[in-house]
Amino acid sequence: MDLDTVLDKTEDIELRLLLDAIYRRYHYDFRGYSMASITRRLRQAREHFGCRTLSQLQDRVLHDPAVLPELLSYLTVQVSELFRDPPYFRAIRERVVPHLRTYPSLKVWVAGCSAGEELYSLAILFREEGLEERTMFYGTDINPEAIRKAEAGVYEIERLPLFTENHRLSGGKSSLSDYYTAAYGAAVFDKTLRRRAVFSDHSLVTDAVFAEVHLVSCRNVLIYFDRQLQDRAVGLFKDSLVRKGFLGLGAKESLRFNAHADAFAEFARDERIYQKRGAS
Amino acid sequence: MTTGSPLPVPHAPRAEAVVIGASAGAVDALSVILPALPEGYPLPVMVVVHVPPNKKSIMAELFRNKCRVDVREADDKEPLAPGTVYFAPPDYHLLVEPDRRLSLSSEEPVHYSRPAIDVLFESAADAFGPALVAVLLTGASSDGACGLKAVCDAGGAALVQHPDEAAMPTMPRAGIAACPKASVMYLEQIAGHLRDLGRRP
Ligand SMILES: C[S@@+](CC[C@H](N)C(=O)[O-])C[C@H]1O[C@@H](n2cnc3c(N)ncnc32)[C@H](O)[C@@H]1O
Repeated sequence: MDLDTVLDKTEDIELRLLLDAIYRRYHYDFRGYSMASITRRLRQAREHFGCRTLSQLQDRVLHDPAVLPELLSYLTVQVSELFRDPPYFRAIRERVVPHLRTYPSLKVWVAGCSAGEELYSLAILFREEGLEERTMFYGTDINPEAIRKAEAGVYEIERLPLFTENHRLSGGKSSLSDYYTAAYGAAVFDKTLRRRAVFSDHSLVTDAVFAEVHLVSCRNVLIYFDRQLQDRAVGLFKDSLVRKGFLGLGAKESLRFNAHADAFAEFARDERIYQKRGAS
Repeated sequence: MTTGSPLPVPHAPRAEAVVIGASAGAVDALSVILPALPEGYPLPVMVVVHVPPNKKSIMAELFRNKCRVDVREADDKEPLAPGTVYFAPPDYHLLVEPDRRLSLSSEEPVHYSRPAIDVLFESAADAFGPALVAVLLTGASSDGACGLKAVCDAGGAALVQHPDEAAMPTMPRAGIAACPKASVMYLEQIAGHLRDLGRRP
């Protein structure tokens, strides 16, 4: 074995010890995440914190809790948009909403909601479709900073042209500008949109089902999990959904390799929307 | 840096995977390389091409009918199969897991690009070490240079398209600068080399 291979193996050991330390000390469990992406982001964090090795970073995070929030911003990927992948929201609007209309009251769970972009998109869509008054929205995430931002509902104004175009392409029936006011370089979203929304801390890795819901939208979260964790998360969605409830995933996510694939039927194939099967 | 035509190429013992990165001029360059792979090619080939994030992917469709190997867009957690070319989907990074499955990520663009070549090369270097062959082609970017260095550092083989032949020489030049051990070759030579990798017992 040459020296490089030895070094690589050492980093691998350090990485696992670091994730274990974070879990034991702070109960954030990244041990079953996709290692390729976690490795990359922890190397970036190591550089950012000026540490020579991941072991040094472990020392820092164990002894200085103030480091954790910043480290979490490396460990979780916060990229999102309003109406990201407009065809998804168009399919929710045109194909899922007609089913949802048949229920007198609705619950929607946006799992891994980041700074709220996906939840606000659905809230706007439900208002446009006249379903808002009968719906409760639950937005969950493990990143406290993301939840804070989601509760505030304030986005940089530079992002609005993209959001506006996405909303239009999703089949939006109103103007996105109806839902926010621009102030000091920021777009502040209408508070009434979150009248029926609750944002809370919940981990798909370590927490349990908390409500019976009609639609789960969990987009671009599962790609960061290894297969066992993906199985766990989809198991939670299965247990949480009503019979014939809907599960929407990210544009490149599917149940193809998932242990619970049989519990769902493909509903909108290209948009990655599934429907839970009836009792079998 | 090695130049000249008939070269003894220093390559990895028992190559187990190939990664390719290309930007401006990619389609023409890949049109020399990918159709040259024979049926029954024993290695998986992962490709990152810089494409605009307009969410409509064309690469896999473009090459499917020109190739004798299977060509598709990568799916998350898909196990690598021999004789298959995987393109990174637009707007996602493509990575290889230590257990040699593919994974996708929407983390920040690198060198203004998602997918980025560095992200694929670095994760593949971690997963395959000396059993990786990385190919850096034409492009007007410096993406891929750090990745190529990671591949070399892990003992893998680095091949770079000759800057004189590249539609855009920036990317090959950056690759050579970052990884002086890289073999500099013309497209036909790269195609021949990759084909030969498949013939080795
Ligand atoms: C890339 S964002 C996706 C945002 C949004 N769903 C979208 O598709 O645009 C991934 C989110 O998943 C969250 N996340 C990561 N691990 C999680 C877990 N174990 N449980 C719940 N959320 C998690 C991250 O904090 C981040 O906000």
